[in-house]
Amino acid sequence: MTAAATGFSWLSAITFLPLLGALLIGLARLGANPDENGVLEPKEQQRIDNTARQVALLFTLLVFGVSVWIFFALYDPAQPGFQLIEQIEWLGGGVSYKMGVDGISILFVLLTTFVMPICILASWKSINKRVGDYMIAFLVMETLILGVFCALDLFLFYFFFEGSLIPMFLIIGVWGSAGTKEFAGFTMPSRVYAAVKFFLYTLLGSVLLLVAMAWIYFKAGTTDIPTLQQFAFPAHAQTWLWLAFFASFAVKVPMWPVHTWLPDAHVQAPTAGSVVLASILLKMGGYGFLRFSLPMFPIASAEFAPLIFALSIMAIIYTSLVALAQEDMKKLIAYSSVAHMGLVTMGIFTATPQGVEGALFQMLSHGFISGALFLCVGVLYDRMHTREIAAFGGLVHRMPFYAFLFLFFTMGNVGLPGVSGFVGEFLTLAGAFKYNTWIAFFATTGVILSAAYALRLYRKVMYGELTKTNLMAIPDVDQRELVMLGVLMAFALYLGVNPSPALSVFAPASDHLIQNYNAALTAFAGGAQ
Amino acid sequence: MEPLVVLLPLFGALLAMPVGRMWGARASEIITTVLVGLAMIYAWVLFFDVAMGAQHARTIPLFTWIASGEMSASWSVRLDTLSAVMLVVVNSVSFLVHWYSMGYMKEYGETPRFFAYLSLFTFAMLCLVTSDNFLQLFFGWEGVGLASYLLIGFWFKKKSANDAAIKAFVVNRVGDFGFALGIFAILYVFGTVNFNDVFSAIAENAVVTPFGWDAGAPVKELSITFLGHQVHALTVIGCLLFVGAMGKSAQFLLHTWLPDAMEGPTPVSALIHAATMVTAGVFLVCRCSIIYENAPTAAALVTLVGAITAFFAASVGLLQDDIKKIVAYSTCSQLGYMFIAAGVGAYGAAMFHLFTHAFFKALLFLGSGAVIIGMHHEQDIKKMGGVKDLMPFTHLLMVIGTISITGVGVPGLLLFGAPFGASGFVSKDMIIESAFAAAGVGRAVAWFAYGSAIVAAVFTAFYSWRLIFLTFWGKSRAPEHVRKHPHHVPDSMMWPLVPLAIGALAAGMVFYNQFVGANAAHFWNGALYNAPAHAEEVVAAAPDGNAAATEHAAPIEHAAAAGEHEHEPSLIVKWAPFLAMLIGFLAAALHYLRGDPLRRGALAPGGMIYAFLKNKWYFDEIYDFLLVKPALAFGRFLWVDGDQKTIDAVGPDGLAATVAAGARKIVKAQTGYIYHYAFAMLVGIAIFITYVLVRSGGAQ
Repeated sequence: MTAAATGFSWLSAITFLPLLGALLIGLARLGANPDENGVLEPKEQQRIDNTARQVALLFTLLVFGVSVWIFFALYDPAQPGFQLIEQIEWLGGGVSYKMGVDGISILFVLLTTFVMPICILASWKSINKRVGDYMIAFLVMETLILGVFCALDLFLFYFFFEGSLIPMFLIIGVWGSAGTKEFAGFTMPSRVYAAVKFFLYTLLGSVLLLVAMAWIYFKAGTTDIPTLQQFAFPAHAQTWLWLAFFASFAVKVPMWPVHTWLPDAHVQAPTAGSVVLASILLKMGGYGFLRFSLPMFPIASAEFAPLIFALSIMAIIYTSLVALAQEDMKKLIAYSSVAHMGLVTMGIFTATPQGVEGALFQMLSHGFISGALFLCVGVLYDRMHTREIAAFGGLVHRMPFYAFLFLFFTMGNVGLPGVSGFVGEFLTLAGAFKYNTWIAFFATTGVILSAAYALRLYRKVMYGELTKTNLMAIPDVDQRELVMLGVLMAFALYLGVNPSPALSVFAPASDHLIQNYNAALTAFAGGAQ
Repeated sequence: MEPLVVLLPLFGALLAMPVGRMWGARASEIITTVLVGLAMIYAWVLFFDVAMGAQHARTIPLFTWIASGEMSASWSVRLDTLSAVMLVVVNSVSFLVHWYSMGYMKEYGETPRFFAYLSLFTFAMLCLVTSDNFLQLFFGWEGVGLASYLLIGFWFKKKSANDAAIKAFVVNRVGDFGFALGIFAILYVFGTVNFNDVFSAIAENAVVTPFGWDAGAPVKELSITFLGHQVHALTVIGCLLFVGAMGKSAQFLLHTWLPDAMEGPTPVSALIHAATMVTAGVFLVCRCSIIYENAPTAAALVTLVGAITAFFAASVGLLQDDIKKIVAYSTCSQLGYMFIAAGVGAYGAAMFHLFTHAFFKALLFLGSGAVIIGMHHEQDIKKMGGVKDLMPFTHLLMVIGTISITGVGVPGLLLFGAPFGASGFVSKDMIIESAFAAAGVGRAVAWFAYGSAIVAAVFTAFYSWRLIFLTFWGKSRAPEHVRKHPHHVPDSMMWPLVPLAIGALAAGMVFYNQFVGANAAHFWNGALYNAPAHAEEVVAAAPDGNAAATEHAAPIEHAAAAGEHEHEPSLIVKWAPFLAMLIGFLAAALHYLRGDPLRRGALAPGGMIYAFLKNKWYFDEIYDFLLVKPALAFGRFLWVDGDQKTIDAVGPDGLAATVAAGARKIVKAQTGYIYHYAFAMLVGIAIFITYVLVRSGGAQ
């Protein structure tokens, strides 16, 4: 079933619907009458802020609803190729506006539309300054992220991929936390440091990606992704192209050793920013490997697989150990994210059914679990305005519901079977074992280390006597927080017990990918002889 | 219907908290207990259906859990004799412990949470034993780990309880690391994780083709590359799975968490850390009996580790003063016995001891719990003495438990075809005889196991009677107010002990013929890879002089089942365990019943042996020094020196310093970097568009 059959560009509709919401929020401000300094009456300001929140929630919910409808009514999970394709001539010369989804991307579209309303809810009370701008930034970001997962044109992808960072920067830079940092001889706000760091990492990646893209266009004469996936690039060229794409995606995942921007970005970002970062933005790296590196450069992928495995194992062991030493809750979870994404990159490049499906599932599950963990930290931050582990202790006495939810997600993070985290972990490791037992051996040590750091965190924050006087009156989760965390828990639990609905969507696309990958390698080996 | 036997406790776990909030703690306790009680009744019904009577072994699949590539694992309820035995053990002990806890936990409060955890544990344990594949087994395996973590740390205000809970979880994860690799290896070799497929492939010696291989090989001869070495596939799998078993069953090297786990409430120790969860490792080895039967090296490892543990843990138990820790080390040691049996191929004997151990060890723990309550929460037996007069009934029950664990019986006397003696006597003798029989056919490790089992029997008798003498006999060393006013022990803490005491005395005799005696083949009905199949194989293999196969046919119950008696052990072997028990008893009696029981004796404080045993062979210290502290320090090092001083210094910070030197003003503006970045991107896009346009213009 394609766009032609439905007669309507549904993917474009959900992609750009959030922009419409952003526009409305902008318009809502036109009616206001600021004084000569541009400041509104408090009441007026409050009204406008509330409108912004409501519009944002409404639109993100609407987008979620439509995307769910698309998935159930229009999407055919049995079909391995791209579906719901829309194509409009754009820049000409082989560059077009082309959208479509397959088994690899559709669930990330859903993940995005699902997480966004939660982010809006998470910001409901904690964001009080420039609320309208904040909501606009989130809506614009949703458009750009959906674009990333739907784009079927390399140039269009690049546009969305790089563009999605701008709202993220704004969110960290403007609504990020306080504190200063010595850097390059300046004293600057830590949030600026975090963003500059990210900028420096990303710049390198995107420049190389851009160059590679230009080369591809020159060589293939098109930026159409389905065409490029069938285009057999010469082996020597694949090496350089692969490296260029790798530079960009590795930063995004992030892989060791280009991961150091992530803990800083997480720590500085407001809660919802962290949630988007962990749940969705990181997934764009893994998605990139699956969408481009493996199908377009199979020979180079096979060549460089050992490098990926080495870096993945480094990520799993190194960052897990680093997580053990953390004193900031968000940093700990951020480092744990790097370790979990190490499983993803490892799984992808095993090019086995379990590895690839496991990696996809792990990304999905990580979207629920680590997003929820950042929300859990946010719950405490909103109350106490600190994320320092040592500032807490014994919270279980005051916050039994919170204790239960936090424990659930901690166990999800540890990969307890029955929670979604286990499925991805198990499958990626099983895939790795098939490829090489050493990889599985080292990567599986992560199950020990993750238990150590996750339980240490939980114990220091939740257990023990409640001795700190400022914590004596800390309230338990309220209804809004209960809804956000409860919904995430329901999904993590459901997919943990019954992952088939997701795995069966991944399987056709993953099989298709592996088949083509192996065929390309066989052809190359045949040609070389 | 059958899934209910697993699900009823889950309902209890889910209901406990809401019911507690709505109708009070008592309602919550009653509901969970009744649900587990129903599960217990159902379990016994199934036991008679599946194991004792009609042999209706069956598997009820529910729905697919994880399906990916060639692998597909389902949620299911597998009912064969092995799982039926576990069902009755788990549900029965769980029910009694629920009941007991209604009294025990009364003054501690928060019982709905406690009962929720207990029921959650029961559910996970039932999932483990009724699994039809390695994945659901792993689910139960980790699930009981979670419940154990929650229950050990139940009193979360206590630092020691929190430490113990984390230690239990993490040490178990070390075992799970091996277990997980074992499952990966099974998937790699067999392309499936379902018991039936894996086991029948081995039984038929089918040709299997590991993933990515061009041609396969018969599975018994297959070698795979594991960590750079060519090794026999079934041996690798057997060893890896056993690492998991070592963690869960607290075997030597991975035992350190079990004594610490005594931080949990005493009913927990009885249920989880004595009767059920810790026996999961034994269950695993028995479930995979066909793997170990075809991997002699892995089986030898099982025996070796079991033998070391039996001896080691018993030796540490000799000098402990905490009443619960004595019983904990005793558990560790008894699990070693079970592994000795499993390793020499006497799976029936291993399961038999698991079964009887559940009775007498739960009895000893729950009895200790009554003593602790009666003595106003005192656990140090040096501060007790004379409790016999204060708690005569508890004393009686504890003596029954001790008679059972130390193995009191009459060697050589058969009544109705079963040995006459307490349960521990019957089952432990089976193990020791099996080890002897295996040793008799030239297996060195079995000789070691036999010797170790005998010595451990001396120790067992010593520490068990020492516990009785120091706690119950002699003059009271308790403070005045405790002596005068022992804490009231509610009836609900006494009644559950009665069936356990009966089981501790009689279960061995009653079930002997089924588990290991004349009816064993009919009873197990293929659930254990046992005599008939094995015997045929031996016959088939014998003409070729296949020594390995013949050697492995030693297990005593196989011989008994087949009605052969050439392995009938000599009189000295029959009496050796009994003599060992007697020596231990006499040593304890001579030392603790004459004069001041706390006087210095042969194992005087201050001596090296004393310190060595008292400090549990220094394992905690060694691990802390070698593993825990270095890991933390290394993590810190990687963070500060790796991430901050190296990666950041060379990467972004270094780069930025260079850039910043030239462009100070850009960084000064708070949000300057955004524009900076956006600008860079726009330039890139512009270049690209230009290029595209130029090219397309040229082409058209």
